[in-house]
Amino acid sequence: MKNRFIGKGKSERREKPRSRRGGASRRRYFGERIKDGGKVWLLQHMQAAVFSFGQLARNPFGSIMTIAVIGIALALPAGFYLILDNTQRVASGFDTTLQIATYLKLDTSAERAAHLAAELRADEAIGAVEYISRDEALSEFRERSGFSDAIDALRDNPLPALLLVQPAGNARDTAAYNNLLKRLRGMPEVDQADFDHQWLQRLQAIIETVQRAVLVLSVVLGMAVLLIVGNTIRLGIFNRRAEIEITKLFGATDAFIQRPFLYTGFWYGLLGAIFAWLLITAAVLFLRGPVQDLASLYASDYRLRAASLLQLLALFGCGVGLGLAGSWIAVQRHIKAIEPA
Amino acid sequence: MIRFSNVSKQYPGGIEALRQINLHIEEGAMAFVTGRSGAGKSSLLRLIALIERHTRGQIIINNQNLERVRGRRVPLFRRNIGFMFQDHRLLHDRTVFDNVSLPLVIAGARHQDIVKRTHAALDKVGLLHKEKAYPVALSGGEQQRVGIARAVVHRPALLLADEPTGNLDPALSWEIMQLFEQFNQVGVTILLASHDLDMIKRMRKRIITLRMGRILDQGRDDEK
Repeated sequence: MKNRFIGKGKSERREKPRSRRGGASRRRYFGERIKDGGKVWLLQHMQAAVFSFGQLARNPFGSIMTIAVIGIALALPAGFYLILDNTQRVASGFDTTLQIATYLKLDTSAERAAHLAAELRADEAIGAVEYISRDEALSEFRERSGFSDAIDALRDNPLPALLLVQPAGNARDTAAYNNLLKRLRGMPEVDQADFDHQWLQRLQAIIETVQRAVLVLSVVLGMAVLLIVGNTIRLGIFNRRAEIEITKLFGATDAFIQRPFLYTGFWYGLLGAIFAWLLITAAVLFLRGPVQDLASLYASDYRLRAASLLQLLALFGCGVGLGLAGSWIAVQRHIKAIEPA
Repeated sequence: MIRFSNVSKQYPGGIEALRQINLHIEEGAMAFVTGRSGAGKSSLLRLIALIERHTRGQIIINNQNLERVRGRRVPLFRRNIGFMFQDHRLLHDRTVFDNVSLPLVIAGARHQDIVKRTHAALDKVGLLHKEKAYPVALSGGEQQRVGIARAVVHRPALLLADEPTGNLDPALSWEIMQLFEQFNQVGVTILLASHDLDMIKRMRKRIITLRMGRILDQGRDDEK
């Protein structure tokens, strides 16, 4: 029986049989363990995963409460993110480059207009100029409006020539933009000049602001999830103090004891994320009808989009990550502190 | 198997639980530690199990100096010890089978081995038919036998028992002692703390008597 104590290995899997007289079955037992080290490790993980899931299932009311709280905390930022995503899609349906629609006076000749366009193109504050002559404007209007007969009845073309001026440089440089606008308005040939799609720019700015707010909200609620999971696991550890003491006394490593608690955190995170997904999906379905009605009023076939697969993966990843991190913090703090007495 | 050289244990606050203990228990022996409450019986067992650390002297268990068994070596060291307690300390939310198989699960044994050995251990203590029961459904003597099965299922080299019969009537205590003797006969070194002098005298094994943290009597195998 000499040397049956094992004290060399640094970890469970490096354990080696030092016994030569320890009995055939014992030798085989450890021999197999080394050969099947990976398999044992995998098996122990599966046992811990199933065991911890079973523990949640055995206390369904408490588990569902915790999962629901985590789910709501995850659903809020995820839902806001989805709203932002959908709003951005509204905005991106349009050409977002800022243009100045410059209408020329009716008495400006076509040569003068073309000349002006060329002049403006040479201006370094201007990126591009699109010239739409009076005739082009009329034929376009005729095509689009369906009033061709009425237009044919007109003696003169009522439409002005149009220069679509795209400013050069950074779209955020509002001062330069306004300067350019003022210059265009001051030209003798110009009747009227205004930003086109300015509301889109404002919408973009609002979206960016809200994005920041959602980010802050996400961080705060993520921390809430961390604390919820951490506290739940902490209580679980205290409830199973006797068990932890006994397993330590029979030679369980910290890793072995931690495993079911870490898996509990994993399950909380995953199930919470699934709960959040259900909440968001329900909300999208609930809103889809009214949004579609609204869109049809704007003659758009816009539809509210549910979370994409990638977004779902991100949600589940966040849930699992926060669950694991929360339980990790609790486990690190509390399991080491429990020693058999 | 167990060798104490000038071992002292002082608790924070200055209370000396053990003083200058010199003790040798050879491999395969069965010995009793006795003495009044507070004489240091439990402390002696706790030092061996590394539940507490001695403050002076040297303890060598199976050629391992306990000073050097630290950190991650502690769990591996403990896997070769079986434990028994007066209050049996079974896990109430697990079946008898799950309680007994715990040391094997901890060691990462294969499923077939776990089943085979757990059944063998339960069979030895005569409780194979109760494997699916929960500890609360068992009598005190049965619970204690489950505790023994758990203490030996992983075939430890050393079995430590702290007042294993403290809550049992004399007839049951004697039965439990017979079980310990059987395990000792197949080679397990057993160190048993008990204050039931009448019973342990009938066992005709070495008796180490402690008083106030000192060894009063080394027993008949005295070699120091």
